[in-house]
Amino acid sequence: MHAFTKLTGLVAALDRVNVDTDQIIPKQFLKTIKRTGLREGLFYDWRRQKDGSPDPSFFLNQTRYQGATILLTRDNFGCGSSREHAPWALLDQGFRCVIASSFADIFYNNCFQNGILPVVLKAEEIQALMKDVLATPGYQLTVDLGQQTVTTPTGAGYRFTIDPFRKDCLYRGLDSIGLTLQHESAIAAYEARRKTEAPWLFTDLRT
Amino acid sequence: MSGKTLFDKIWDSHLVRQEPDGTTLLYIDRQLVHEVTSPQAFEGLKLAGRKPRRPGATLAVPDHNVPTTDRRLGIADQVSAIQIQTLEDNCRDFGITLFNMSDIRQGIVHVIGPEQGFTLPGTTIVCGDSHTSTHGAFGALAFGIGTSEVEHVLATQCLVQKRPKTMEIRVDGTLSDRCSAKDVILAIIGKIGTAGGTGYVIEYTGSVIRTLSMEGRMTLCNMSIEGGARAGMVAADEKTFAYIKGRPLAPAGASFDQAVKSWRQLTTDADAKYDAVVVLKAEEIAPQVSWGTSPGMVTGVDRRVPDPAAMTDEKDRKATERALEYMGLTPDMPITAITIDKVFIGSCTNARIEDLRVAANFAKGKKVAKTVHAIVVPGSGLVKQQAEEEGLHRIFTAAGFEWREPGCSMCLAMNADVLQPGERCASTSNRNFEGRQGAGGRTHLVSPAMAVAAAVEGHFVDIRTWS
Ligand code: SF4
Repeated sequence: MHAFTKLTGLVAALDRVNVDTDQIIPKQFLKTIKRTGLREGLFYDWRRQKDGSPDPSFFLNQTRYQGATILLTRDNFGCGSSREHAPWALLDQGFRCVIASSFADIFYNNCFQNGILPVVLKAEEIQALMKDVLATPGYQLTVDLGQQTVTTPTGAGYRFTIDPFRKDCLYRGLDSIGLTLQHESAIAAYEARRKTEAPWLFTDLRT
Repeated sequence: MSGKTLFDKIWDSHLVRQEPDGTTLLYIDRQLVHEVTSPQAFEGLKLAGRKPRRPGATLAVPDHNVPTTDRRLGIADQVSAIQIQTLEDNCRDFGITLFNMSDIRQGIVHVIGPEQGFTLPGTTIVCGDSHTSTHGAFGALAFGIGTSEVEHVLATQCLVQKRPKTMEIRVDGTLSDRCSAKDVILAIIGKIGTAGGTGYVIEYTGSVIRTLSMEGRMTLCNMSIEGGARAGMVAADEKTFAYIKGRPLAPAGASFDQAVKSWRQLTTDADAKYDAVVVLKAEEIAPQVSWGTSPGMVTGVDRRVPDPAAMTDEKDRKATERALEYMGLTPDMPITAITIDKVFIGSCTNARIEDLRVAANFAKGKKVAKTVHAIVVPGSGLVKQQAEEEGLHRIFTAAGFEWREPGCSMCLAMNADVLQPGERCASTSNRNFEGRQGAGGRTHLVSPAMAVAAAVEGHFVDIRTWS
C-alpha cells in the first residue's frame, strides 16, 4: 500500500451531499476482476449528457481540475454500496485525499486500505473551502497527515482528527494483513478458548 | 457498573486483542462471498502466497450477475460470465464451498445465509456487501466490508475495527393492517436520515419488532445501511430458535440445545445504556413510498411530493430540486398520482417466501395494468421451489407477472434486467439512487403489497384501503 505523509496538490470541488458509491462507480464497472483501470468509470453517468457526450459543466470535465489530487466534497460522501471499486476509481483518477464534512463508514475504511486519506472537517470549514476553491482556478491545499492539518494558500490551517492506529498504518504504508498475521498466537489462543465456549461455531461448512 | 447491550456482549466475546487507542482485532466467525467483490481479494491472497485460515468458515454464491431467465442458455454477457467463472475457480483453488448457478440452493447471498442455517445468533458475520446487515435479524453482529477486508478475513479470520457506538431504535404500538416491516424501516430512515446511523450499530426493540416474523426482521435489518448504520440487530427469541432449528448448517441435537442456552443470554441488560435512542410510534407509520434519489427521501402514500420552494435549508432545497428533476416529479403532487411503468418484486430486502406469499395474496384474481411490466424474482432457488409448491407462481403468472429465476436482478441491474432511461419502477428493493436500476431509471421503494397494488392500478395506491 502507498504511504501517505504530506501532499500538496490541486483541489477539485464536487459540491453535492450524499454522493453514493453507485454514482462514484456505476455497476457496469463492477464486472472487472482487477483493481486498476477504473478511472473510465468514475462518475460515469454524471460525466455525460443524455446523448452520451461529455457534460462540460461536470467538475471532472473542466480543464481547471485536470491533475487534481485532492477531492473536496460535502456530507455523507461514499454512502451506499460497500464496493471498494469506488476508492480504486478515485485513486486511478489520481486522487490521494478526499476532504468532506462526513463519510459513510465502509467507504471511510476502504480509503485507508488503498492509501487514500479521508479528512473530516467541520461543515463551516468545508463551506469556506468550497467557496474558495470554486472561485479560484488552480487552488491548492497542503494536507499533512503527521501534523493532522490542512493548510490553505494563505497559510490558514484546519486541524483534523484521526485514530492513532489508522494514522500510523497509513503514514508508514503498512500491509494490514501482514500486521494481523504477527498476532497469530493471539488468534490461535482465542480460537482454542472459543471452541470450548461455542463449539458449534467451529463445524466445517464444507461437510 | 452498568449492564451490557446485545452489541456489547457480541463485541466483547470476539475481541482478540486491542491497540492502545482502542482499535480492536475482532474475530470473525463466518464470511459470505459473492462474485462481484471477491476476485481482487483472492488475487491478493495468490500474489502474497497466502491461504485462507479457515476455508470451512466461508460460503460462496454467485448472485449479482446471474441471469433470471432460462439458465440452460448460459450467460450472454461475457464479462459477467468471466466474473462468475472466476468465483468458481477461486473457490475450487482455495477449498471454499460454493453454491453454483445450477444448484437449487443458489440465491441472493443474504437470503441463503439464513436459509441454510449459516446465520446464527451471537456470531460475527461479514461479506463484501453492505446489506450484510440483514443477518443481524438473528441477533448477530453482521456488517459489510470492502474487498481488502474480505482478503483480510480470508487470511486471518479477523478484522481490524474501531468500536462503534450503539443506537436503540424502539418501535412501540401496533402497526396498522397491511403495513409491513418495509414500511417501518422506510419510516425510520425518513426520520433519522441516510447518515443518521453513521458510526452506530442499531438495535431494534419494542413491541412491533417482537411481533415481526424472522422475514420481517430481516427486511428491517437489511436497510440499516440505508440509514448509515453498518449493522442492525434484533435480539434472538423463540421465533429465532424455531427458524434456525433443522436447517442444514445449523447445530443439531444436543449441540443445538447447548447453543440455544447460550443464545438466550444474548439480550440487552435492563440497566444497559445506548449512546442514542430513537422512538417511533407504530400508529404513525403509513405505507411508505420513496419519491427521491436517496432512501431518506420517503413519505407516506397518503402524502404529497415535497415542494422545494417551501424549504428553508439551502442544502435540502438544492438536493430536493435535483432529485425531483431526476425523478420527473412535480412539487406538491399527491404520491398516488405517480404512474409507473415497471414493477420489481425481489432483492435481499423482500424476496423471501413470506414476501412472496403477501404479494401473491394481493395479486390473486387481479390483472397487472396494460401499461405496466412486472416481474417477480425469488430470493433463492429454495424460495422459488417453496413458492411453486404453494402454487404462488400460478397466481403471479395468471395476474400477468413474470416469474423468474433467483438472483439480485433489477435491484442493481448488473444482469439483463434493467430499466430504460426515464422508466419508472415500483420496487421492493432497498436503493433508489440515480441509475441504480439502469441509467436514467427512476426507482420508488415500496413494500411487496404496495408494489402489487401499483402494478394492478398503474399508479401508487394506499394498500390500507385497496380492495
Ligand atoms: S439484492 Fe440488491 S442489495 Fe441485495 S445483495 Fe443483491 S444487489 Fe445487493
